Amino acid sequence: MSRAMALLSREVTLAWGRGGGPLVSVAFYAGVATLLPLATGPEPARLAAIAPGAAWVALALSALLSLDRLFERDYEDGALDLITLSPVPLELVCAIKCLGQWVATAAPLALAAPLAAIALGAQPSLAPLIFVCALMGGLAFAFVGGIGAALSLGARRGGLLTAVIVMPLFVPPVIFGGGALDAFSNGLPWRAGFALLAAYAAAAVALGPIAMAAACRNALS
Amino acid sequence: MIATLNIDGLALRRGGRLLFSGLNLRLQAGEAAALVGRNGAGKTTLLRAIAGLVEAEAGTIEFGEIDAGEARASHMHLAGHQDGQKPARTAWEELAFWTRWTGGSEQAARDAAAALDLTRLLDLEVRRLSAGQRRRLSLARLLASPRSLWLLDEPLSPLDAGWRVRFGEMMSQHLASGGLIIAAVHDPLPIPAQPLEILAPEDAFQEPGE
Repeated sequence: MSRAMALLSREVTLAWGRGGGPLVSVAFYAGVATLLPLATGPEPARLAAIAPGAAWVALALSALLSLDRLFERDYEDGALDLITLSPVPLELVCAIKCLGQWVATAAPLALAAPLAAIALGAQPSLAPLIFVCALMGGLAFAFVGGIGAALSLGARRGGLLTAVIVMPLFVPPVIFGGGALDAFSNGLPWRAGFALLAAYAAAAVALGPIAMAAACRNALS
Repeated sequence: MIATLNIDGLALRRGGRLLFSGLNLRLQAGEAAALVGRNGAGKTTLLRAIAGLVEAEAGTIEFGEIDAGEARASHMHLAGHQDGQKPARTAWEELAFWTRWTGGSEQAARDAAAALDLTRLLDLEVRRLSAGQRRRLSLARLLASPRSLWLLDEPLSPLDAGWRVRFGEMMSQHLASGGLIIAAVHDPLPIPAQPLEILAPEDAFQEPGE
């Protein structure tokens, strides 16, 4: 347990510094929220309609920002070799790394997402749901994204490869989460979409580490 | 504690090329082996194969009574130029993390840092250390968490003459307490060690004819 906590705190501090960390994700998100009215025109009705969807696009893209360095650094400098020499299974190591990624990047973004959506004109009553959906979606993005990051280990231009592998897997949470927000803002039942999003995140947390560990073993040998 | 290491008929392949085959080594507690061979002969790959990171093409690696997975999880250290230390973190953060990860206590990490004369450097970022200081920082893990088998990849190369002698004493102490050492080296080790030369398959093939 002490080993797992030591690794988690290392991962959070590394993710904090990696690719700019949470501040860059938040700034990126703020940039998307600022560009959107300029690109689509500033009519409040239109902006309010697309605000929840924009939150999802920005969330998915900023999850990709620092993903390619999740395993790559440890692979290049030998840390991944040394990490395997411990009683902690590699599957758990991968899960902890993704959790660190989630804490350091998805959590600050989940705090920023409702603010930006409201600034674009979404109803304030939507804020709690945007926050929870962003947290849940961030979990799915981190664990699914980790699979792509592990699979592209050792490849040239691994970041691009990660994005190509991961983008199709980002589709279901965007559909479920966007659907839930859309239904909520139109006064329709939204729980089904949210439950599907949570189920997708749960499946990613359960199955992702197995795939990541297999990909890491393959890259190391 | 690992009491014996047996390598039998080992063949390793890297990137599709056969590095060597038919390699044998028997090591008892308290003994050291010095791996020698030209650049690219497969010394590092052999160390990584013992650490379970590379699959053997043929042959076996056994650790006496102890199961291989258990031996790799709790009874061996791997130290080389790929030390896993992040340039932006402080020396203490790195030493403390790796010590905890390999099962040592914080006090043991402080003692190991003192033994390698690193105490004054612990607040510095790893990128500010010299090559020799950085190597000493990674070698401090060997003392901080006691594990019986040390796999060392060129441990002496960035160290100055004084530190080579002092690290030689540390290796002698480790052997005296029942440890095992396998070190890939170009210079002679400062401790008595059984030499193990790694020959490429074509060299080995030519040998009988000479």
